[in-house]
Amino acid sequence: MTPEDMDLLAALGRTRAGLKVEADKHYVVESRLAPLARREGYPSIEALVAALRAKREERLIWAVVEALTVNDTAFFRDRATFAFLRETALPELSRRRKDGSVRIWSAACSTGQEIYSLAIAADEARNLEPGVRFEFFASDLSERCLEKAQSGLYTQFEVQRGLPIRLLIKHFENHDETWAISPRIRQAVRWRRINLMSDLSGMGAFDLVMLRNVLPGLDLSVRARLIENLAARLTEDGLLVLGEAESLAGVTEALHPVAGRPGVFARDPAYRAAAA
Amino acid sequence: MKTCLVVDDSRVIRKVARRALEDIGFDIAEAADGMEALAWCRAAMPDAVLLDWNMPVMNGLEFLQRLRQEPGGDAPVVVFCTVENKVENIRLALDHGADEYIMKPFDGEIIAAKFAEAGLL
Repeated sequence: MTPEDMDLLAALGRTRAGLKVEADKHYVVESRLAPLARREGYPSIEALVAALRAKREERLIWAVVEALTVNDTAFFRDRATFAFLRETALPELSRRRKDGSVRIWSAACSTGQEIYSLAIAADEARNLEPGVRFEFFASDLSERCLEKAQSGLYTQFEVQRGLPIRLLIKHFENHDETWAISPRIRQAVRWRRINLMSDLSGMGAFDLVMLRNVLPGLDLSVRARLIENLAARLTEDGLLVLGEAESLAGVTEALHPVAGRPGVFARDPAYRAAAA
Repeated sequence: MKTCLVVDDSRVIRKVARRALEDIGFDIAEAADGMEALAWCRAAMPDAVLLDWNMPVMNGLEFLQRLRQEPGGDAPVVVFCTVENKVENIRLALDHGADEYIMKPFDGEIIAAKFAEAGLL
């Protein structure tokens, strides 16, 4: 690819989805676009980019932008975070929403492992208020990821990354080497294609928003706006959960880190003491 | 350093498992069947056992039953590592005292994830 090709891809990624596409990382971009070029019937990535330039076809532009996103995920990724959610955050939220509902949003859900892990965690948590209802929402930019997520079908390799064996046999059925999540868990989740750079004000309020390992792939210029938009979607005592190693230092002061819980942020500083 | 006994009749699998486990800090011993593994355990009980199911002389399930009856045999964390991927087989292994379960084929990432899940990392 030429530097001009890389510039075009970087500009598309940034303007359409806030993505950070580094000009010197040809190999990363090429590895992400190669499967798309094959699917679309182009003999090379260069031919795909040439078509992009010539046709300016929205469908192809979005297919390229989707292919540039990072989709790596796993069940119960960051065990300590999920232990905190199961044992502390979900029970606490259920007490506060007694006889109401706790709304949870996996904002960049990729192929679904994260939202299903949360649904399983809520199912397994022992100290929840009996009257409370959990509502699970999941969104992603990628149609392909959403399709797979909604199918609830995973390979043997995928279910062995993070799922304890007892939870696997309790919540999945296997057909040869494919594992299907139980209909009860799958049907508990509502799915929607959402570009997080778009207006999120129609989403309603959430008690828990997950946006894990997404910020590093975003352009610096959009990180603060995204976090502030998500903070505006949180209830007063709601939580935003990023990846364990992620920080909001220097990004925004709209949210405060929860003491002793890496990657967990709250709107209300008082919640830090309650959740710690 | 924690010790792990790798029990599998395939030399290739033992070699792959040894590399993966050494990468996450284990000292490795190897056995080619359940009987040989039992002799290892009687001599020095390991912290963990990575255990195949189908082996000659003594299979993994029988080894596990006998291990749990040995003095100190309830201590090792036992992770099955087998081609048997039916839910009934997994339940049987757990009922016999297995702590975790890996379905072949596996790689270093799966071994590390399962050993972490079993509290070994």
